[in-house]
Amino acid sequence: MLKHITMVLSSIFAILMLSSTVSASPVETFSFKNDVTKVRFQTLTKELRCPKCQNQDLADSNAPIAADLRKQIYTQLNQGKSDQEIVDYMVARYGEFVLYRPRVSSLTYVLWFGPALLLLLGAIIVVIILRSRSNKNEDKALSADEQKKLQQLLNSTETPLKKEQNNQ
Amino acid sequence: MNKAIRFIPLVLVIILGVVLYRGLSLNPQEMPSALVGKPMPDFKLTTLLDKNKVVTKEDLKGDIVLINVWATWCVYCKYEFPDLIDIVKKEGIVLYGVNSKDDRAAAKTWIKTLGNPYIFSIFDEEGSLGLDMGVYGAPETFVIDHHGIIRKRFAGVINPTTWQQEFKPLLAQLKQERATEQGK
Repeated sequence: MLKHITMVLSSIFAILMLSSTVSASPVETFSFKNDVTKVRFQTLTKELRCPKCQNQDLADSNAPIAADLRKQIYTQLNQGKSDQEIVDYMVARYGEFVLYRPRVSSLTYVLWFGPALLLLLGAIIVVIILRSRSNKNEDKALSADEQKKLQQLLNSTETPLKKEQNNQ
Repeated sequence: MNKAIRFIPLVLVIILGVVLYRGLSLNPQEMPSALVGKPMPDFKLTTLLDKNKVVTKEDLKGDIVLINVWATWCVYCKYEFPDLIDIVKKEGIVLYGVNSKDDRAAAKTWIKTLGNPYIFSIFDEEGSLGLDMGVYGAPETFVIDHHGIIRKRFAGVINPTTWQQEFKPLLAQLKQERATEQGK
């Protein structure tokens, strides 16, 4: 039984792995003068978003505009432009929107620091709750009066439940 | 105090719900152009109908101008053409075309058969002007004010409805601006 489950799981895993490596991407042939340029091209086209098909990066998209922008990046790399210059060129035309990793600015503070703040807030709340709980436990020592009542209850032979049963 | 705390998750869920519900009705294609408020980019290209006539940014200057990006490979442009011709006739706007990444002969045939709404079309074979204007498809329409500053980018088809909603108020505002400047 266990063997079957492992087999099924491992085949699902294999399918997932295969499908992630076989992704359709546009066919273009760029020849790079060295490997560094090639890696820079690959990184840039992954970091920049296609303006037309908004959930794809430039490397992945078949839209005509993505092909144009890939060509533009290739040309600019060959002209010896820096990565920053190329990114600035794109942002000047298509806006901050094309960056998959938005810059830190007053507009994106929430995006960059929001998660950390929420985590901090959560931690603070947990600490407050834990503290108030331990405080309550300390308060639970019985007063002399309550202690007396408890003793009476424990000493009484008949519990309320038994009384009920007797009545029936 | 404790009871109030119990309602915090409910309140958070309601806030989240409102935000997400609003997100459903937003159009992700509707993006502000990075070029709004910036001058029209420089170019030096020929016109569609006369390959010997070179036009630049200066040829567009001085008036409140609309620039429409079109191409024969753009299906929606064909739908847009009759409405553009109509609007030019009725509203008396100054409309130029940018024929983007197209075949000159095919584009000329289009103009002959469908009519020509443009004063002239800039022939942008390589798509370089389109790139500088941040165009990512067609049709797209830009509004340039009398100082040569881009004031609006509209991605999509112009028809009587979108014209009324997207362009009329802006053009009225721009005319108003120009009138007050000239009055000084």
